[in-house]
Amino acid sequence: MSARQFTHIGTRPVRHDGADKVTGRANFGADFALPGMLHGAVLRSPHGHARILSIDTSTAAALPGVKAIVTGRDFPKTDSKVWLGGEGALDLGDMGDNLMARDKVLYDGHAVAAVAATSLAVAREALTHITVVYETLEPAMSLARALADDAPILHTDLKTSGQPAPESGGPTNVAARMELSRGDVEQALADADVVVEGEFQTPMVHQGYIEPHACVARHGTDGRVVVWCPTQGPFLVRDACAGILGIDAATIRVIPSEIGGGFGGKIPVYLEPVAIVLSQKSGRPVKIVMDRDEVFRATGPTSGSRVVMQLGAMRDGRLVAAKASMWYEAGAYPGSPSGAAAMCALACYTIPNFFIESFDVVVNKPKVAAYRAPGSPMSTFATESLVDEVARRLERDPIDLRLQNAVSEGDQAPYGPKYGPIGLKAILDAVREHPHWTAPLGTHQGRGVACGFWFNAGMNSSATVALDTDGSATVVTGNPDIGGTRVAQAMMVSEELGIPVERVRPVVADTDTAGYTDLTAGSRTCYATGMAIINAAQDVKEQLRLRAAKVWDVEPDQVAWEDGHVRSLVEGDERPPLTLNELAATLAKTGGPVVGSASVNARMAGPAFAANICDIDVDLETGRSTVVRYTAIQDAGKAVHPSFVEGQMQGGAAQGIGWALNEAYLYDDDGRLQNPGFLDYRMPVASDLPMIDTVIVEVANPSHPYGVRGVGEVPIVPPLAAVANAVRGATGVRFTELPMSPPRVLAGIESLESA
Amino acid sequence: MATLFLPRAIASLVDGIDQVEIDAPRVVELLQELVRRYPAVEDRLGEMAVAVDGDIYHDADYVPLQPNSDVHLVPRIAGGSPEETGA
Amino acid sequence: MSRIHVETTINGEPAEFLCSGEDTLLTALRDTLSLTGTKEGCSTGDCGACSVLLDGRLVPGCLVLAAEVEGRTVTTVEGIADRDSLHPVQQAFLNQAALQCGICTPGFMVAAKALLDANPDPTEQEARYWLAGNLCRCTGYDKIIRAVLDAAADMRKATA
Repeated sequence: MSARQFTHIGTRPVRHDGADKVTGRANFGADFALPGMLHGAVLRSPHGHARILSIDTSTAAALPGVKAIVTGRDFPKTDSKVWLGGEGALDLGDMGDNLMARDKVLYDGHAVAAVAATSLAVAREALTHITVVYETLEPAMSLARALADDAPILHTDLKTSGQPAPESGGPTNVAARMELSRGDVEQALADADVVVEGEFQTPMVHQGYIEPHACVARHGTDGRVVVWCPTQGPFLVRDACAGILGIDAATIRVIPSEIGGGFGGKIPVYLEPVAIVLSQKSGRPVKIVMDRDEVFRATGPTSGSRVVMQLGAMRDGRLVAAKASMWYEAGAYPGSPSGAAAMCALACYTIPNFFIESFDVVVNKPKVAAYRAPGSPMSTFATESLVDEVARRLERDPIDLRLQNAVSEGDQAPYGPKYGPIGLKAILDAVREHPHWTAPLGTHQGRGVACGFWFNAGMNSSATVALDTDGSATVVTGNPDIGGTRVAQAMMVSEELGIPVERVRPVVADTDTAGYTDLTAGSRTCYATGMAIINAAQDVKEQLRLRAAKVWDVEPDQVAWEDGHVRSLVEGDERPPLTLNELAATLAKTGGPVVGSASVNARMAGPAFAANICDIDVDLETGRSTVVRYTAIQDAGKAVHPSFVEGQMQGGAAQGIGWALNEAYLYDDDGRLQNPGFLDYRMPVASDLPMIDTVIVEVANPSHPYGVRGVGEVPIVPPLAAVANAVRGATGVRFTELPMSPPRVLAGIESLESA
Repeated sequence: MATLFLPRAIASLVDGIDQVEIDAPRVVELLQELVRRYPAVEDRLGEMAVAVDGDIYHDADYVPLQPNSDVHLVPRIAGGSPEETGA
Repeated sequence: MSRIHVETTINGEPAEFLCSGEDTLLTALRDTLSLTGTKEGCSTGDCGACSVLLDGRLVPGCLVLAAEVEGRTVTTVEGIADRDSLHPVQQAFLNQAALQCGICTPGFMVAAKALLDANPDPTEQEARYWLAGNLCRCTGYDKIIRAVLDAAADMRKATA
């Protein structure tokens, strides 16, 4: 791609929704209210695994102020699926069962009933008057227990899907198995000069968005439904509610509020169908807001994992063989990111012989949701820890070793196709040139480096660009703005039309207003929706060209855009070129307003790579690890708004550091979550972290007119191993189980000393 | 002739054949011809996405093929995938 | 149920409301007075999204009873900007792109204002510890800390 000169792309304007968000004017999920609105509350299972024998709601229903109660019986059983991008599917039967249990509760926090009442206090009191009789069952609280021969079975009808289907007949908790292989891994391992191996475990962790799930639903007497909620996908909420409740999606309008973080966790529906049914039963709008305890117990964590891996290398540093088995917790229903985990594990390196199998395993914990590059951080933790060990065994510089084996354009990805232009080698060069890489370390400090890969999604997006007679423009899409996408979208219109960015109004529209658009997820908004916007803006330009022909009364092919102006190509035509503002002012005379529109179903392209450098200081007395310096390097293809790209890199790094050092779901043997709050689920705070330096590498993505790649997900992939490799450097101990909390690190140091 | 590469999991169903030359204008015709030759793979195609010359498509049916196109069947990433629930 | 009548000052204006004995200041602000700029992230005092100033002191609104603000002054995020211009820390957050989703931002505005009122020239470490009660999951805090230090410098320049 020729290096295009940009006017607006790559600059750092203030976001359009910024003032609303620093002054408290912006409306998030829980900020919305309707007259006559009822308040809902959800009763949740205290058991990890139990059969529901009976639910008696009569006493609660008699309480003054209680207007409606629902249980699992109020939700039709469905086997329908929501198809996303024509490829994957969300199982709405499972999603419906997850948001209100029918026969069994499958985890602590599983909803069993909900009440709508005239106040939240009454609704909560009513919950205490609902009697649920349970027959408790043994919960499967670990991969080991779920995979045991005598394991408690969550779903008696579960069959293992996959390729190839294993020979299993009896009941199982293994929902899927996937296999990837190439070459002859056994021979290559036997021939390798060095073989390193390890068993790596990571706990279930939560996305940790600060805004709890919330919604208001109104079921009208005309059968029409309106839902206000914070979501990553308004169209998905619409289609999921329709499928779960068995109503026509055409009668549902979903109006997205501002969204207080998602990271993948605000894709599934938890509350919306419940609120709709409560509203239908009561005839009043119903608002439900989760508290933090409910968010932890019943929404979107990502999988706990176990990865067993062997990595073989030759003395000259070539990585020649990798063999891995990986098990991912799906939570209560099938659907962990185990497949993606397998595909990502070796994606950074040219390893000619490999065998990977991955298993999707149901356990009595909440159904996992996507979390930033789903599946990749855990399998990459194993790979990058072992690559570090190979470097140590061969006494090689870890960057040199990675560069020697790094994939580049034309190499075959482990999942099949050949890579196009990708930035991994440029990233590794940037790591080596960064002053951080050669800065001296203090005592008890260690430095770690790690790489990471993520696919980046494409999928469906629509956009319209409307030009006003004053030369300003509105751009409308259906992607909620989680991290500055409005301003990025406005910048693309500015780039195409030459309008100052503050004169472009970016609008996040509801499902009745925007053309169909897939999720704000998969690092796809700037990439795929961005392409729709660019095309829509070009549509405006083309229409303006025809309008200019009308003004000048010449043939359309005698008019062209040049240097931001429309020019007559008629020989000898001395009339000065027309500016966009001049053309906008003539719209009424030349045929009325101009609205450009475009839709895409973008291919999945432009893989993202990143590398992180982490310096850690370990207190040998307490085992406490402190990150003292951190640098994130990533290929963004083309950074539309570099500040927000840096923000994604820094935020992903911080989440990964939390995952590596502190965060974990802690369950007791009965399956009760022990730490459903921010005090005990310890996410990084400002005093835990240093500044996070960033380097944006730009290797243009040929699938996008500006070269943009998705940037939101890969930042969380390298940190787990970068931190672990740093702790290895500081302590001499190779930690293979997360989190590397002070007690675990202390125990590791002591076992090394006593060895 | 486009070259269609089959992953091990599919190749194992067709006597280990991992590469097939097929003359087809688009992906949809290519896959129809694959199934005609190897009916055993049909049930498995639902699990696979399609990559044409390096790019993975979500809805590949009408993607045109060049005479020298490389086509890969790629495991569809089930559950928490970029297609389904990528964050 | 008997209700408590509370007279107080919110963002410089006299205000009154009715509440129950259990209502928190956060509930009164959001649900009774429709001041929804103050956010609820946990209701246990762990996230800082509901940070407000009570007689100038930084507190989580979820851990203060509504009835406790009788006769006192409350400052929320809605009261930080002047009529004509944003507070320097608000402007610095915009310039630095120090917010992504924006749900924690109101709490940071209030906490940062309290910091700069108390300490016009904080070090990076002082800013990090002062703001350690405010969780942000999007930014990794880098741009937030930079914005707060920028705002401090701007304010010192303005008063110099």
